[in-house]
Amino acid sequence: MSQFTADKTLDARGLSCPMPSVKTALALEAMGQGQVLLILTDDPVSRRDLPVWAESTGNTILGLEEEGATIKIFLKKG
Amino acid sequence: MERDMQQPKKTPVTIVLFSGELDKAMAAFVIATAAASMGMPVNIFFTFWGLNVIKKKGGLIKGQNWMQKMLNVVNYGHARKLALSKLNMMGMGPVMLKEMMGKKRVPSLDEFIKMAKAMGVKFYPCEMSMTVMGLKKEDFIDECDDVIGAVSYLSVAKDSNINLFI
Repeated sequence: MSQFTADKTLDARGLSCPMPSVKTALALEAMGQGQVLLILTDDPVSRRDLPVWAESTGNTILGLEEEGATIKIFLKKG
Repeated sequence: MERDMQQPKKTPVTIVLFSGELDKAMAAFVIATAAASMGMPVNIFFTFWGLNVIKKKGGLIKGQNWMQKMLNVVNYGHARKLALSKLNMMGMGPVMLKEMMGKKRVPSLDEFIKMAKAMGVKFYPCEMSMTVMGLKKEDFIDECDDVIGAVSYLSVAKDSNINLFI
């Protein structure tokens, strides 16, 4: 059980760079300030790229968990 | 459909796409869509062989005089029919690369073009190359914005932090 709760989940598994960032940007558009998006990805680059993406867009990564090949990233908007 | 992602507070990214090969066009569009996802305004200036990337499918004979017509027949292009800059192997290379990219769920160039446009990326065909090759705005896909010249390109490029020539 995760310590974070997400308002929305984005399943970006199977997608490679730059799609996880693109899909995250699109998903956040429909969300409100302070809401949490859970991103599921199996793209190893996302582990490094999504935190960088979040920092440069003014969003916050709350946590990153790994479950087998799936990387779970909790991102707070704004 | 068109919109600016996040807040347009970031400095623009400007890409000159001079090459008309699939691999180089893919590189340009991967960077363009990633930049757009980060909220940066992106401008792509298509010039010379790069115009092939945004040509409409069909209409083999374009141009006014025989040299332009011949050039456009030999240089027939659109996003789904581009060669590779290396290992083209008479068309086998692009087929294999597309297959390999499809397996990794990398979007096709066509999909990248539509996605970039939806994310607010601007497409500017170069007026001078169009004149030389006898191409008209109607020869290009509807995603294209204004046809511009070198001065307009530079006026955008001088305010961009990232300027790429591909």
